[in-house]
Amino acid sequence: MSLADQAGPRASAGITKTAGPTSWIERIPPAWWAAALVLLAMPLVANNFWLFQVMGWTFILGMIAVSLTFLAGYGGMVSLLQMSIAGLAGYMVAILGPSGTTSISLGLSWWIVLPAAFLIAAIFATLSGALAVRTEGIYTIMITLAIAAAFFYFTRQNYTIFNGYSGFNLVLPPRLFGVDWRDPTAFYYLCLGCAALCYGTVVYVSRSPFGLALQGVRDNPRRMAALGFNVTAHRVAAHAFASIFASMGGILLVWQNAQIAPGTIGISSAIDVLVVAVVGGMRRPLGAFVGAFIYVMLQTFSPDILGAFGFSAERFKLIIGIGFLAVVLFSPDGVLGLWDRWRARTGRRVDPLTGQPR
Amino acid sequence: MRRTILAIFAAVAILLPGSAFAQSGGTIKIGILVALEGAFAAGGADGVRNVELALKQINGTIGGRRIETVVAPTDTRPDTTIRMARKLIEQDRVDIIIGPLSGSEGIAMRDFAKTIPGNVVINGISGALETTWVDPAPNFYRFNLDGAQWGFGLGSYVVKQKNWRRVVSIAGDYSFGYTNFMGFAIDFCRAGGDIVQRFWHPLGQADFGAIIAQLPDNVDAIYLGLGGTDAINFLNQYQQAGERTRLIGGTIMADQTVLTARGRAKEVLTGTPTSGPFAVDNPDAAWQAYVKLYQDSFPANQRFPTPSLFGLGYYIATLAAIRGLEAVGGDLSNGQARFKEALNKIQLDSPIGRITLNENRQATGTVFINEVVEGTDGNLTNKMVARTDNVTQTLGMTAEQYRAIGLPSRNVVDCARLRAGG
Repeated sequence: MSLADQAGPRASAGITKTAGPTSWIERIPPAWWAAALVLLAMPLVANNFWLFQVMGWTFILGMIAVSLTFLAGYGGMVSLLQMSIAGLAGYMVAILGPSGTTSISLGLSWWIVLPAAFLIAAIFATLSGALAVRTEGIYTIMITLAIAAAFFYFTRQNYTIFNGYSGFNLVLPPRLFGVDWRDPTAFYYLCLGCAALCYGTVVYVSRSPFGLALQGVRDNPRRMAALGFNVTAHRVAAHAFASIFASMGGILLVWQNAQIAPGTIGISSAIDVLVVAVVGGMRRPLGAFVGAFIYVMLQTFSPDILGAFGFSAERFKLIIGIGFLAVVLFSPDGVLGLWDRWRARTGRRVDPLTGQPR
Repeated sequence: MRRTILAIFAAVAILLPGSAFAQSGGTIKIGILVALEGAFAAGGADGVRNVELALKQINGTIGGRRIETVVAPTDTRPDTTIRMARKLIEQDRVDIIIGPLSGSEGIAMRDFAKTIPGNVVINGISGALETTWVDPAPNFYRFNLDGAQWGFGLGSYVVKQKNWRRVVSIAGDYSFGYTNFMGFAIDFCRAGGDIVQRFWHPLGQADFGAIIAQLPDNVDAIYLGLGGTDAINFLNQYQQAGERTRLIGGTIMADQTVLTARGRAKEVLTGTPTSGPFAVDNPDAAWQAYVKLYQDSFPANQRFPTPSLFGLGYYIATLAAIRGLEAVGGDLSNGQARFKEALNKIQLDSPIGRITLNENRQATGTVFINEVVEGTDGNLTNKMVARTDNVTQTLGMTAEQYRAIGLPSRNVVDCARLRAGG
């Protein structure tokens, strides 16, 4: 039975390959079509809480984490700055666009605000990236953590631009095309679209000459330099490029919560992004979204799980901690690594020579 | 392997929606939105305890309907608070939310409350002035006084009783610091006092050297609007600099963490007047009965010696919900219209005196003035010296006058103008 299942797609793939160049539709595996269908049809069955809160937050967190996955997985640079970049883009939307803090917010139109937010966040990412890329390994983590901490304290103590401790509230998305983008269904599709765009871009760029060169820089910077590649420039460019995904997540995050304050970009949030990426698995961009989903589920439902077993809800962090510990302990390359190993093990049940079950 | 995974999925599938299906027509669900992580975790746990305490007094039923609670823990970050509130409303389907605990959470909840007009939100203990003053939500009720009200009464007390007229202020450089100082300053300046200089100290910054070096000499007292470790750090460094003067404390200054701190900080603390929403040694029968109820209901190692500020806030909020629900016999139909009306009209007899609401659904109530004294066992404790009843949201001014002062910020109180009666 499982033999037929295994052989089916492989055989057909072989035939189409020999038949000549395939269209891009045929090259996408059926599991992906199924996933896309489930995600697109979700508003038919899920309630507003699931659409707006659980899935919306998953996509947003996934986008911020995928920028880290891009840097760490393809560039070998673990950066704790991605949440700060997301926060800066979010802050820019609140400061340049309309918000409840009318004494600071400029109230400009969205077509100025959004590009400016992306641009300013990219400049910030480039500058701090330029600082960070001179270092390796743990030192990169240290220097990005230092910048993230400095930015957090700066937003908390600066009142003229960032409105200090209180931050900005009533930051709402613009009403484009007559759609209220904070409506759960509309917001769900907005997040889904942005997340798909980020995912597709990362996959595409990782196979482009720039992405391949970046992976070369990750594996052997000295040889790449000898081959004539500018190692530093590639790394800085990776920081700038990754900032786009983080900014997109940050802007959506501000719209989802309708507010931003220093707490949003604190040290714990910066580390949460790392946790999400590690739990999901850094080898593939999909890991960021898988990790984000697990994180959101644990954050949202761990008090209920404790309550169901009759424990006090105060200890909800325990469940989260144990969950993450279990993933990292049993699978150093995240949930996706666990999945890969499971696939490999089930695959081995069929003898590769005879095709007979062992 | 496959069977294990199947079992895990089945377990998760059974567990997750459990709470969603638990709802039935007969029960009233109350969501407790409370910080159980971070600096206020211990106070938040006391809040949960007090909600249970209040519900236990009515055996958890009102008008034949059973009351069920759902705890939604936050970490005092406004975005976490909104997420948990949304979960309470949309996933757990609660009828009433009691919470949140801290100021910026309160402002975020005010805006969130506008998106759920059919549910009532009763503030836990958050004290930001803006929550019920700027663009208040019609379904957000606050039965505790705000940070500015907590500072009121202290200013006229130090002028009239102590004759301290020239004061320099050192307060936390954040929303509660401004708000609490503003209540003190308005009262102080109107009574004829003068604030010579104002220093704002970023939260959690350990070094006070720069401020201490700049302190002017010819002042009667220092207003210290700091709390916890910030206050302890200041007091120790101030002592080490060889300085000594009288102190006036903000609401969170002379709490247990500061009073029980080791070191020489306590030498300067004796005789410091502070103001706040309760007095531990309040002789009122209602207060004494509440403290006894609290102490009898929980074993000594699972509670504070006396109810905390946070616990008291959640207790009173729950009490208000109970009285409102009793008045309508548990009727929450028609977008809770009758319940809302009952809450608006309520005259709440609480452990800290009678509380009424104004048109912004903000409490009018009593502020207590305490003074730090050395107790019989040698430890410092608070002693009630005065009380100011009926402190309104506008601190005794008209709404226009109060609005003209502005929202709490570093330079908002114009002392000279208030002294001249403006």
